[in-house]
This record gives sequence, C-alpha cells and structure tokens, in this order.
Amino acid sequence: MVSQVASVHGEPGAVASRPAPAAVRAAGLGRSYGEVVALRDVSFELAAGATLCVLGPNGSGKTTLVRILATLLRPSQGSVEVLGAELPRRAWRARGRIGLVGHEPLLYRDLTVGENLAFHARLHGVDRGGERIGELLAAVRMERRAGEPVRNLSAGMAQRVAVCRAVLHRPDLLLLDEPRSHLDPQAAGLVEPLIGAGAGATRVLVSHDPGWALAESERALVLAAGGTVAYQGPASGVSPGDARAAYEGSRP
Amino acid sequence: MSAFRVILAKDLRVELRTLQSVPAMALFALTAFVLFRFGLDRESLDGSLAAGVILATVLFAAILAVNRLFVAEREEGGFDAIRLAPVDPAALFAAKAVALVAYLVVLEAIALPAFGFLFLDDWAGLLPLAGVLLLADAGIAAVGVLVSAIGVHSRARELIVPLLLLPLLVPVMIAAAGAAEPLLAAGGPDYDGVGRWIAMLALYDAVFLAIGYAVYDFLLED
Repeated sequence: MVSQVASVHGEPGAVASRPAPAAVRAAGLGRSYGEVVALRDVSFELAAGATLCVLGPNGSGKTTLVRILATLLRPSQGSVEVLGAELPRRAWRARGRIGLVGHEPLLYRDLTVGENLAFHARLHGVDRGGERIGELLAAVRMERRAGEPVRNLSAGMAQRVAVCRAVLHRPDLLLLDEPRSHLDPQAAGLVEPLIGAGAGATRVLVSHDPGWALAESERALVLAAGGTVAYQGPASGVSPGDARAAYEGSRP
Repeated sequence: MSAFRVILAKDLRVELRTLQSVPAMALFALTAFVLFRFGLDRESLDGSLAAGVILATVLFAAILAVNRLFVAEREEGGFDAIRLAPVDPAALFAAKAVALVAYLVVLEAIALPAFGFLFLDDWAGLLPLAGVLLLADAGIAAVGVLVSAIGVHSRARELIVPLLLLPLLVPVMIAAAGAAEPLLAAGGPDYDGVGRWIAMLALYDAVFLAIGYAVYDFLLED
C-alpha cells in the first residue's frame, strides 16, 4: 500500500522545474549521516502563506527535514530553496526570517524568561523588543513568570515561552516540529493565534496527530524511512484521506 | 547592540549568576600553588622555575573554563538559536574568546597576589608579568574557543579538550615562559630579551585569531 501510493503519487524532481513562486521548494532532497540515510529524495513545494504538514513515524526523517529548512543542517543531495534563498549557499538570506519551534525550547536555563526573550530580540534586531516581549508573554499568559529562571518552568510553560521566542521577530516561515508537545488543550489554545493558520506565516508543521495536522494544512508530505511515501500537492491526485491512509500504513 | 556584545553580555551574566567557571579556576590555582609550595619544598622561587609554576597553573586552570565554554550552547540549544539569527557566526567566536579572556583576567587578579605571597621575595616583576599573561590569555582564548567548539560535540569532551589544547599551546608556554623568566629574576625584573618573546606571543595570537575567524563557521555546521 505504502509503496503503491509513493510510486503513483510521488513526484520527485518535477516540482523543481515549476516556475511558480514558492516560499519553500525542495527537489530530490536527501541527507545522510555517514552511511545512515536520514532523508532521501524528498520533493515538494509550498506557496507563501500556505501550510505543509509532514507526517511519518519516528525516525522517518521529519526532524532532519525541518533542520535542513531551518538552515541548521546541510543537505547531502538535492536542492532546496527557502524564502528565495538557495541552501546552504545563501542561507544567510533566509536566517532571521525563520521561526523554529523544535524538540528543545532553545532557551538558557539559567536566564529568566524575560532575559531569554530579550537576548533573542537583540540578536534579531527586533524594534521595541520590550514591548513585543510583553505582548507575547501576555498572549500565552506567562507575563507573571517573566522574572523566573527557565529552569524553574514546567515543560509546558517552557514550550509556551519557546513559541514566543520563535515568533518574536515576526518570521515569514514557521517551522513547527510537534509544537503542541507538552501543552494541555488550554495552553495549545493560547499559542494558536501565534503559530496557527491565522498567524499569516508560511508553515511547515510536523505532527503525530494526522487529524489535526491535515485539518491545518493545504499540503501534506508523508515520510517513512527517510523517503516520501505520499505527497499531497497540486496535481498530485492525492487527497488528505489518501495522505492519512499512507501515514497509517507507514507506521510499524 | 551588536551580536558580539549581546552574546558576550549573556555569557558574563550566566557566569555571574551560576559561578560555574571562575571560582573553580581560582580554587584550582590556589590549590596548585599550595601543592607546588610543599612539593618543591622551597620558600621562594625566581627565574624559570617561578615562570613555570605560574604559567602551568594558569594553563591548567584555563582548561576548566575551556571545557565548559560551549556546554550551554550545546545542551540548551544556543548554537541553533544563534545560527537562526541574522548574525555573523564570527560574533559567537569573538564573544566566547573575550569571555574566556575575562575569566582568565579575573583568575590572574586572584592568582598573582597569591603567587607573590607564597613564592616571591620581590613583587616588582608582577605588574609586567600581568602584561605577559594578558598576551598569553589571548592565545589561550583563540585556541581554546576552537578546541572547545570541536570538543563540545564529543561525548569524551573532557578528554578531547586537554588532549587537543595542550599541544597547541606549547608555543604560548615557550614564549610566555621566555618573557616571564627575566621578569621574575632574583634581584628584580630584567627586561633584556623580553621584547622578542612578546613579539612571538603577539604573532601566535594574531595567527590563531585569524584562523579562528576563518574556520569558525565550519565548526558550527552539523
């Protein structure tokens, strides 16, 4: 089933030649760690303002893909363009326009919540950083914790601050690797206006919750063992239902 | 505010709050002096022996800080966070190097008086010695940041760092000892020949700072 979907609907390489403007475009993308292939022959494109969800079991290469798009990892094969910058050669043009919510909050445990966000605001040259930090902390109901060291926060609170950190500089592209992990439904609702569809950014959304992720997305990419098993995009002929079926079929 | 100043301010703030590096370095240096005092069974030192004691102590104390320099960046995601920002990676290299120099200067502010108290009959050489140590600190920092950035990705970091760092710092040790020996001579400092060693130290610093600036971006890549 899985290989059938991949062979019928995968379109490696085809998207690369399409001239339509895209916020993210990947063609034949691959990454290996020595002899271990983490990602192979992944192709897709994503228009500005749209959302792509990436589904797949553990070890399927989702986080590797996100790190390549974030300019943190060099691809071993293929080509990738993010916000008009070819990676890794022109990564500097995309940096500062990407917001990443990953497995780690990217916060210093010995600094307070406010100090961490101020550090990131200064690195990104955010105008009126203090005001912006106040707004974001109020949005996720963490303003009373601004003076508290990150090491004292629960995982859910740290995740809320991580979301603030990721959107502090109003990025054009949001890379969201399981953004609702550690969040209870109420906290997930708090971060929704910042990283949800209404945020206005192009989004790449990695999740183990296919129902939610597919509902949030215009496109879907299903990975298994580093390769594409389904790509739901323009002219792919793959429906969200097919993508979900491919995801269910890819799980061990 | 430039990225260099932002990262440096962050590092100094974290060190002030956690006191993870400098107190350990100072305690190490003071303990080493006591051991030298009893191990050598001498009430005063001068010349090459005095230079060797102070320089070896500073060098080994520096390893403690070099080992910890990038731990927060690695374990708390600082590498990723900084690389996601539109900043020159050299700012991270420069900030870490200056932070390490700052730690070493604080260490020496504590260690030099203790060294004088425990070993010297004449303290006149200590001030010029501080200048020599400052140049040595720049060399230790330039190499230390590179080695720390390499070692932090290894599980055997605490083994890798000294194994790489110490051989690379042999020229610093030779030049600094050459400059310090006449400054700590019995009967007061003698400045003959010091300039040659100072020039060698400065050249070493310039070469490794340039190498660090050139290769640092590649060390941060996965």
